[in-house]
Amino acid sequence: MNEMLQLLENNARLSEEQLAMMLGKEKGEIRAMIEKFERERVILGYKALIDWDKTDKESVTALIEVKITPQRDRGFDRIAEKIYNYPEVESLYLMSGAFDLAVLIEGKTMKEVAYFVAMKLAPIEDVVATSTHFVLRKYKDKGVIFGADPVDERITNG
Amino acid sequence: MIDYEACIPSAVREIRPSGIRKFFDLVGGRTDVISLTIGEPDFVTPWHIRVAGIDSLERGKTYYTSNSGMKELREAISAYLARRFQIAYAPSQILVTVGGSEAIDLTYRALLAPGDEVIVPQPAFVCYGPLASLTGAAPVYIDTREEDDFRLTPEALRAAITPRTKLLVLPYPNNPTGAIMTREDLEAIAEVLEGTNILVLSDEIYGELTYGRQHCSCAAVPGLAERTILASGFSKAFAMTGWRLGYVAAPAPIFPQMLKIHQYAIMCAPTTAQFAAVEAMTAGDADVEEMRNEYNRRRRYLTAGLRSIGIGCFEAQGAFYVFPNISRFGMTSETFCERLLNEYGVAIVPGSAFGACGEGFARISYAYSVEHISRALDKIEKFTSSFK
Repeated sequence: MNEMLQLLENNARLSEEQLAMMLGKEKGEIRAMIEKFERERVILGYKALIDWDKTDKESVTALIEVKITPQRDRGFDRIAEKIYNYPEVESLYLMSGAFDLAVLIEGKTMKEVAYFVAMKLAPIEDVVATSTHFVLRKYKDKGVIFGADPVDERITNG
Repeated sequence: MIDYEACIPSAVREIRPSGIRKFFDLVGGRTDVISLTIGEPDFVTPWHIRVAGIDSLERGKTYYTSNSGMKELREAISAYLARRFQIAYAPSQILVTVGGSEAIDLTYRALLAPGDEVIVPQPAFVCYGPLASLTGAAPVYIDTREEDDFRLTPEALRAAITPRTKLLVLPYPNNPTGAIMTREDLEAIAEVLEGTNILVLSDEIYGELTYGRQHCSCAAVPGLAERTILASGFSKAFAMTGWRLGYVAAPAPIFPQMLKIHQYAIMCAPTTAQFAAVEAMTAGDADVEEMRNEYNRRRRYLTAGLRSIGIGCFEAQGAFYVFPNISRFGMTSETFCERLLNEYGVAIVPGSAFGACGEGFARISYAYSVEHISRALDKIEKFTSSFK
């Protein structure tokens, strides 16, 4: 049921009871649906969205465009696997357009990211070229605007 | 010394300030209060609609529009009304107003004379009676009842009609009860009005916000359509309250009379808002649907939450309010709400603010996040369980 998935995608902390109330269902029905989605790996996990800039943790994020030569029989999948198995890789997408794979990587420092590209990513056989773009500032992620502090400006009239 | 009191005519002096505002003023500057009093979307106007307004300013569109509103907007409203509610108003029958409020006032001023009677079903939004009194007409209230799902029944209407009845106000979907009128309900009203000269002011400002079934406009019902003046606007459906933009659609013979008043009193609705409204009318359906779905989830949540703590609650089918019955707690709705505010820091509006028959009820708005509603419910439960 897509409506429930959307609600959880926006707020994974909604309880079964709250979901049941919002969707007009029984609590047991909600629990069964969630269990089914988890079993089928439709729901893959529940994570918090954190603005690390507000903490003392140092980190940099980079988007790396990767051009590759597809392998016979297995296409891009084998190469993708070689890349996404590195824990530094945050996200990996196969793209249409001027390059093939978009790698989102998080490191402690620019040096660390540069090291990853030079020593781990570029040497992979079939990787033809890489182009690294560092993220300067994160304004919005997963639909959430960073830094904004929403204030209820309404006054009672209606 | 000027005697200012003597300068104010009694019709104005006798108007009482809004009971909603009065209660809001009690909350004052308190920051520790969880308020569920607001009758305004918590969503900001969708960005693409705001951009359309900004864009018009950048292009220097800062002049008056024609009195009845931009042609492009009236055409868009006409097409929207046909698409969404299957009703036929030509652009020449549509007047763009400063909010739905002006649409109501304008209709009154065009139609009412001293001695006329205006029938107003209650509980209802606070403006219908006071604005009627200003024209010298007399509001005649009909109490709608919880056991009738707060709908106007043909029997009650028939009993209220006199030779002086000029206008029937139909405020559905209803603020504060969340009641709607179905097509069958409206057909029954049409039957009562058949053969009379009574006109209908249908305030359909919440027409986009119905749950489980599509809103039926008065203008879609044979027998009502030709006597309907439709008032609506952008505030509730498109989260555009601050833009102050609404419209009124009227039978062709009445339209020019309304236009004259608007022409002299207002000139034209704000131009920037009109440009934004064109975008809302032509590309805003998906935004409305998304907001409606969110309101619906909150409505279910709040209704189920109230019922689970033993507060009976009529199943609202429209707008963004629920209207629980609090009579079993043995105090007036004003006392109930004051105590809830003072002792537990939750603000809701007493039902009596919406007419005497709202006594025993309270209006709770769900134009708030589920988290916010959830916090309020916890406190309401603590309050009501102290009576068990």
